[in-house]
Order: sequence, then C-alpha cells, then structure tokens
Amino acid sequence: MTTTRTPATTPRRRTLAPFAFLAPFLIPFVLFTLVPVGYAFWQSLHRTERTGGTFGRTETVFAGFEQYADVVSEPFFVDSLVRVALFGLVQIPVMLALALALALLLDSAVARLKRFFRLVYFVPYGIPGVVAALMWAFLYDPQLSPVVGLLRSAHLDVDLLGPGAVLFSIGNVVTWTYTGYNMLIMYAALQAVPADLSEAARVDGAGAWTIALRIKVPVIRPALVLTGVFSLIGTFQLFTEPQVFRAISTSVTSTYTPNLAAYSLASSDRYSEAAALSVLLAVATFALSFLFLRFTARRQG
Amino acid sequence: MTLLTRTEGAHAPVPGRPRRGPGLSAVPAFVFMALVAGYMLLPVYWLLVSATKSQGDLVSTPGLLLADWHLGENLSALFAQQDGVYARWLLNSLAYAGAGAAIGTLLAAMAGYALAVYRFKGREAVFSVILGGVLVPATALALPLFLLFAEVDATNTFWSVFLPSVVSPFSVYLARIFAAASIPEEVIEAARIDGAGEWTIFRTIALRMMSPALVTVFLFQFVVIWNNFLLPLIMLQDERLYPVTLGLFTWQSQTSRVPELQTLTLVGALVSVVPIVLTFLLLQRYWRAGLAAGAVKS
Repeated sequence: MTTTRTPATTPRRRTLAPFAFLAPFLIPFVLFTLVPVGYAFWQSLHRTERTGGTFGRTETVFAGFEQYADVVSEPFFVDSLVRVALFGLVQIPVMLALALALALLLDSAVARLKRFFRLVYFVPYGIPGVVAALMWAFLYDPQLSPVVGLLRSAHLDVDLLGPGAVLFSIGNVVTWTYTGYNMLIMYAALQAVPADLSEAARVDGAGAWTIALRIKVPVIRPALVLTGVFSLIGTFQLFTEPQVFRAISTSVTSTYTPNLAAYSLASSDRYSEAAALSVLLAVATFALSFLFLRFTARRQG
Repeated sequence: MTLLTRTEGAHAPVPGRPRRGPGLSAVPAFVFMALVAGYMLLPVYWLLVSATKSQGDLVSTPGLLLADWHLGENLSALFAQQDGVYARWLLNSLAYAGAGAAIGTLLAAMAGYALAVYRFKGREAVFSVILGGVLVPATALALPLFLLFAEVDATNTFWSVFLPSVVSPFSVYLARIFAAASIPEEVIEAARIDGAGEWTIFRTIALRMMSPALVTVFLFQFVVIWNNFLLPLIMLQDERLYPVTLGLFTWQSQTSRVPELQTLTLVGALVSVVPIVLTFLLLQRYWRAGLAAGAVKS
C-alpha cells in the first residue's frame, strides 16, 4: 500500500476497497450459511437407494417432493407443530408482558434500587440454555426439589414432569431465561423516548399509567415488534430445553418439537427426511416472522 | 451510546413542580419487582447451596438450606473426574467462543465498515442477503452443516464447530450501525487527502473509533457461541472436543445410572457460569448500548 496519491489509481482503489473489506466475511458467510441452506434443499429433493441387496451400491436418485410428503404425513409433524404453536401462544405473551411491565417500572420515577433490579433480571440470560435447563430440571425433580417439597406441604401434589405439566415447566425455563433480555431491549428503547414527551403529558394531567400505556408503549413499538419476532423464531426452534428434559421425563418424546424430530431423524440416518423437515421449518419460521412484521406494520398505519 | 448516557437522568422529576396524581404507588411496584427478583435468583441460589453439599446431603437435606460444607471436595472431584476432562471442556469453550468471537468481530467490523462508508453498486443487495442470514436461525443451520461437513469427512473435528461459529450476520448488522454512527465522513476524507491508503484508514482510524462498539459485538458473539448446544451436539462424538455445555449435558443424562454425577453436574454448572456472569455484570454498559442499537434503529 503506497501512500503516493495519483488521480488515476485513487478511484480504482476505492471501487475495489469495499469488496476487499467484505470478502473475508462473505466467503465464510456463503460457505457456512448459504451453501448449507442450498445443500439442505438439494438433499431434501433426493433419496438414497440401495440396489442389489446388502452388497449393492447406493445411489442418490431424484425424488422430487416425496420426502416432504413423507415428513408431512408422519403423525409427529402435526403434533409437534401444534405443540410449539400452543407453547408460543401462552409463553410469548406472558414473557413479553412481564418484560414490558418490568421495563416500564424501571423507566418510571416510582422504582427504587433500579440498578440492582436491572442487574438481577439480566443474570439468567448470562446462563447458557443447557445449564438453565439443567438447573430447573433438578428443581422439578420430585426427589431433590425444594419447590415440589413446598407444594407437597401445602397438599398440592403435582408432577411437574408429567405429560400435562411438562410443557409449562419448559415454558417456565424459557421465560426465566429470556425475560431479562427482552426487558433490556424494551428498556433501552424507553431510554431514548424524549423526556419532554412524558413531561408534557404529565403537565396535561396524565397519570403514570396513562403515560406508560398511551405514550411510552406506542413510541417503543419497533422494540416490541423486534422482541416479538425473536421470540417467535425462538419458539419454533425450541430444542435445548426439551432435549435436556428428555433425560428426566418420559413425557418428552424424541419428536416433541419439530427441531427435536429433525435431530432424531438425522440420528437414525434418515438424512433426506431430516433435511426436508429442516427446510420446512426454516421456511415456516421465515414466513411467520415476515407475516408478523407485516401485520404489526399495518396496524400502525 | 452517548445518546444513552445523556438520557440517563432525563426521567428524574423536575424539581419544584409537584407530581400530579398518585398514579403507580411505590410500595406495590417495589413488592412486584422484588418478587420477580426472587424468581430470577431462586435457581441461582439453589445452585450455589447445592454445589456445597455432598451427594448424600443433596438428596436428604432441605434444598434451600446449607448442610455440611463440601465445596472443596466437590471441586476437586469435579476436576479429577475422567482424568480432568472438565478442565478440557472449559478450555474448549474458551477456544470456540473466545477465538471465534474475536475473529468474527474483526470480519464483521470490516464488512460493516465497508457497508457504512463506501457507496458502491450492489451495496443494498449484499446487505439484504446478510440481513436474511440474521433471520435464519442457527438451529436450522446445524443439520445442513453436519451433512455438508460429513460430505468432506470433517465432522467430529475442532473446525466443524469453530468455523461456522465465526460467521455472525447479526454482528455485521451491528457493526454497520456503529460504523455509520461513529465515523464522520470528513475524517476519512481528510485522511485520504493526507495520502493514507484505504486499509491504513480502516486500521488506524476506523477501528479505533469503532472499538467501544466492537466490544459489544464481541460480547454478543462470545455468549452466543458459548451457549451453542445443537451444533456441537450434532458434530462431535469425541468427548475431548466438547464445549462445557455439551459435557455437562452428557453427565446429566447419565445420572440415572451414575448418581454421583449429580453433584458433579451441579458444581460443574456453577463453575461454568461464574466467569460469564461476572463478565456480563462488569461490562453491562456495552450490552445496553448494543441492545439499544438493535432495538431503536431497526
């Protein structure tokens, strides 16, 4: 890189520079994000066939959307999708409402010890999902759990890992882990709301509730939409928590969530079907986030 | 970031003017916040207490009360188990997350800088594809990545987990916002007139101006890689390549056969969490800045 500047080289150097800066990122990005997506799609359209018995050759044949039809017609497909949809319908609103309430309280003049609370609420996010699930798994364990013990002494005999409750138990882990994260996104957006906006409303006689719901919440809409999209994506990708819970609860099957089902298919060497399921899942997630964004954008306008 | 620190005190009531209407009263608000804090801290407290108990006490004594102090024995048992495989897992996690996030941040900084500073054909198209990458969840990629690495016989290697972790479209997105906000065009123009090359400008001026923001990017990516579970689970069979999350998971799934692993899993979980929670709390400022950028500008 010379430091002499000639009129002929400068523009050329400058038109090439952005690509030189982009290439180190784009090359691995293409290799480890775009190519896998494309490869999964290709794989989902093909099937491995064995010809001529045990010692025959295997060959890959084009199967069109056969794999997709196979996956969709499996009973676990609808079951697992309905399960995560139900999960999302309950867990996402609960978590985001809690996060919003905390963010508004932290932002209001009412709250005391703000710094301490903000810190405490964010601690769970620093704990890896696996470790969080492990911890709660122990806390749900009828032998070890102080929580179950407390409930028992109140004559409430619940099996937190039973078929009826385990989905809620998983929902609790997810809520515990991500409430603080979502709260911080909302809180950061609240900090950017101009103070004179609330001040003007206060002068006009608006109470704290009105200011919070009528002024602050509409202003931080983009942040709320963002947390909604992230939560939606997270729900359809649910994997870690149920996978950890499989070790302690027979209610969590190997096809409990779509992602778990894809993993199980792959571990039993049904790669093409696993690929088809992955593609379906990615497309569904993508479409849902997109629809959600569109829906919330239209309501605004 | 300066905007954030400036608005910090802006919500304090204006002195001399009485606040109108009681609105929310302070006591119920405080009780509510304290209850939620208790909920957030309960599992952590339980983990701390349990890590100090012997395997026998873990089952037989009340979960929220201390019993005989066995933390020292538990720790030495943890690091002695299977010839010290736990220390190996910790180091692996540090390598995957530390080196992965460092390289990833540098790549993201360069890409974000290019997208923010230069005007070139196809810029928005490139950025859109990268943004599309943000929406593709890491878990949806894990399986295809496995199939791809299997094709070249590279599964069950350090690189099969490390290389995909380096790529973070979200980091590029953040880096672009930060670069646009923190590097004035005049500075770059002035450096060019002084005869500095494009790479020199990036290395000596842009990187320095972006560095507080890059700490944020690094932290985000570090935590994402540290917490990654599905990719190593799918890629790795060799226990010595496991990150600590996967190691703890395998221990926990064996507890029904080997009950002693219960204590080790708990102590191991505690040890693995301490450094990351500390980092979090110490660098809170950067986190909030990153989240603010993600939330406000989108």
